[in-house]
Amino acid sequence: MGDIQEDKTDGKSWYRRGMRDGIPIGLGYFAVSFTLGIAAKKAGLSALQASVMSAAMLASAGQFAAINMIVSGAGFIEMVMTQIVVNLRYLLMSSALSQKVRRDKPFLHRFLMSYGVTDEVFGISVAVRGKLHPAYMYGAVTTAAPGWVLGTFFGAVVGMILPPRVMSALNVALYGMFLAVVIPPSRKSRIIAGVVVVSMAASTAFAMLPGLKEIPSGFQMMILTILVAGGAAALFPMKEEA
Amino acid sequence: MEKNIWLSLLVMAGTLYGVRALPLTLLRKEIKSPFIRSFLYYVPYVSLSVMTFPAILSATGSFYSALAGFAAAVVLAWVDGNLFRVSLGGCVAVFVVELLMEVVH
Repeated sequence: MGDIQEDKTDGKSWYRRGMRDGIPIGLGYFAVSFTLGIAAKKAGLSALQASVMSAAMLASAGQFAAINMIVSGAGFIEMVMTQIVVNLRYLLMSSALSQKVRRDKPFLHRFLMSYGVTDEVFGISVAVRGKLHPAYMYGAVTTAAPGWVLGTFFGAVVGMILPPRVMSALNVALYGMFLAVVIPPSRKSRIIAGVVVVSMAASTAFAMLPGLKEIPSGFQMMILTILVAGGAAALFPMKEEA
Repeated sequence: MEKNIWLSLLVMAGTLYGVRALPLTLLRKEIKSPFIRSFLYYVPYVSLSVMTFPAILSATGSFYSALAGFAAAVVLAWVDGNLFRVSLGGCVAVFVVELLMEVVH
C-alpha cells in the first residue's frame, strides 16, 4: 500500500507549503471570527478572554456553544457533554488523518497535529498527495490561526471594522477552499463526483425538511457523513493502491 | 465570575482537544478492514461537501452574490484547482456581483 513512500522533500519545504495553503484559510477565518468576538463581548467576556478562547479552541460552532453556556451559567458537566456533541465530527476527521499521516515520524507529532484539526486545515491536509508530513499542518496552522485570533480580538474590541461588502465576500473564502479540495478529484473519479453531489443534495434536504432541519448543524454533518461515506464504502470499496 | 470564565474556557478547550486528539493518537496502526479504509477515504469528500452546500448560499449579503461565488469557485476548482486562486475567485465574484447590484439599484 505504498506506506513508506520515498519522500525527498524535507520538513522545511512541507512547512512552507502549509503556510502558503493556510493563507486563504487565515483570511476566511479573519472574516468569520469577527462575529465570534462580538458575541463574546456581548456575553461579558473580555477581549483577552475571547482571544484566548479562539487561540485555544479554533472552532466556530464549539465556541458559539461555549459562549452560550458561559452566559447561561451552565455547569462543567454540561460544558463537557456539549463540546463533545458539537465537535463530534472531529472524531471522524482525526480518524481519517490518523491513516494519512506518515508513520515514520515520532509519535509526539500526533499530539501537536491534533490542535490543528479544524474543518479547513483538515480539508487541505487530507488533500495532500500521498502521506501527510506533520510539518505541512504546522505551516497551515501558522498562517491560519492568527487570522482566527485577530478577527476575534477586533470583533470584541471594535466590532465590525471592514465594510459589509468586503466581509460578505470574505465569507465565501472558506467554502471556496472546500470546493478546491473536493472538485478536482471529482474530475478524475466519477465515484467521488457522485459522492460530492449526493452529499450536497442530502445536506440540502437536511437543511430544508421539517424535522431534519431542527437537528443541530454539527450533528447533521456527523449523521450525513456516516450515512453517505458509509454507503459509498459499501457500494464502492476503495481499490487497494492509494 | 471572572475566575469561572477562565476555568470554563479551560474545561471546554480541554474537552475539544480530547475529541481531536483521541483518534489520532489511538489509531496508530494502519487499519486493515477494507470497509473502514474506504469509509475514512470518503469522509473528507462527504464532510466538506456537506459543510459547503447549501450553507454557502446564505453566507453573503444576497442569494445571487452567493450563487455567483459558488459558481465561480466550482468552475475555477474544475479548471485550475489551486486553493488560493479558487478561494480568491469566489470572493471576487461575490464582491463584483454585490457591487453591480448596488449600482443597478
